[in-house]
Amino acid sequence: MAIFTTLIEYWPRLLVGLAWTATTCLLAAIIAVLVGLILATLVRSRITTIRWFARGYIDLMRGTPIIVILFLLYYAAPSVGVRLEAQTVGVFGLGFYGGAYFAEVFRAGLASISSGQIEAATMLGMTKWQIVCRIKFPMALTLIVPPSVNQLIMLVKESAVLSVITVPELTAETTKIVNETFEVIGPYLAMAILYWILIETLSFGGRLTERWATRFL
Amino acid sequence: MALDFSAIAENTSPLLAGLGTTIAISMISIVMGGLIGLLFSFVLSDRRSSGSRTALKGLIHTYVSMFRGTPLLTQLIIAFYVIPSAIGIDIPSELAAITALTLNTAAFQCEIFRGGLRAISVGQSEAATMLGIKRWQARRRILTPQLFRLVMPALTTEIIIILKNSSLISVIAVTDLMRSTQQIAAATFRPTEAYLIAAAGYLLLTVVASSIGSLVERRLARAAA
Repeated sequence: MAIFTTLIEYWPRLLVGLAWTATTCLLAAIIAVLVGLILATLVRSRITTIRWFARGYIDLMRGTPIIVILFLLYYAAPSVGVRLEAQTVGVFGLGFYGGAYFAEVFRAGLASISSGQIEAATMLGMTKWQIVCRIKFPMALTLIVPPSVNQLIMLVKESAVLSVITVPELTAETTKIVNETFEVIGPYLAMAILYWILIETLSFGGRLTERWATRFL
Repeated sequence: MALDFSAIAENTSPLLAGLGTTIAISMISIVMGGLIGLLFSFVLSDRRSSGSRTALKGLIHTYVSMFRGTPLLTQLIIAFYVIPSAIGIDIPSELAAITALTLNTAAFQCEIFRGGLRAISVGQSEAATMLGIKRWQARRRILTPQLFRLVMPALTTEIIIILKNSSLISVIAVTDLMRSTQQIAAATFRPTEAYLIAAAGYLLLTVVASSIGSLVERRLARAAA
């Protein structure tokens, strides 16, 4: 069948696209976690202006679609003199957008550690450092890991939108193959299956991590 | 460079039309997806077991995993390019958009409703059966009203996600808020202003949706008390 001959011929390019998706998402996820940590700290700041700025940033990003943010960075920024590569916009756009979501996850995790636990630990004579390592951190982890896995999966799915601003990731690469071969069904179905495998693998890894993080519960 | 919105102000009617399309397509998909999701969640939560039920549950599980495990953009591309090419009939982009968004949100809403149903005690269904109430009647009149109260926060989040993700239908040439903004940006050479307006439009939609969501949540909580 014609579908399969095209697929066999273009298989390596699909894998290159998948590798682009994976690398972009990995870099974006690192940025998103860092931005999220910073924002979650700023939201608890004593200075009202900083708190307002962080809150505003989080609400702004969570209220607008990723495609609008990417278009602002890629198509609108040059008109104010900022010219960035598509790949750079992709990684940083996805990272700073995801950062707002991670910030909410971290904030909720940090906020729900009960003070009674910390008081009990202090009473038992634990040092400050011991409390952080043995009480605060493991507890925050049980609350933060499950929603973080969800955010990571959402980030990978959002990365498909980067094809619209010409980042050569899986969707863009598949579309190129479709345009060259006029074969629509095979490449796009193969792309869907690759995404499905990638995300199911992530969510399987996520379940293992969750089990590890919640092992004390 | 100073921002100048005058060129955008001359194009308010296509922008509003795009906003209307975004709202209409999102709402249709959310309601239809909600009905499908509700139906599927009832099937998945059915505790009776038989060969055909297990097979049906397996099918629904696969469907949910497939639609939650692939990007919405992929689903839109399949609805707009792959399916018409496979069956040889052109599908209008609006129909493809509604189909993909509906099936996508149905999978997510199915999981939301299933979680909610798990929180309602089995005793209620058993009591209903004992009183001679038919299964579907019990689902409609006893489970569903409680279910909505339980899942309202998650449902509001899903509605906001769909409102935002509906911006991707611009890629398959539906003239929604995003696409009309792109056209205006190209025509006026004012991309910064145009996309800022689009961002404000989506922000407005999501803020309104979340306020309505919390209003409904409060109403339902009061009705229960």
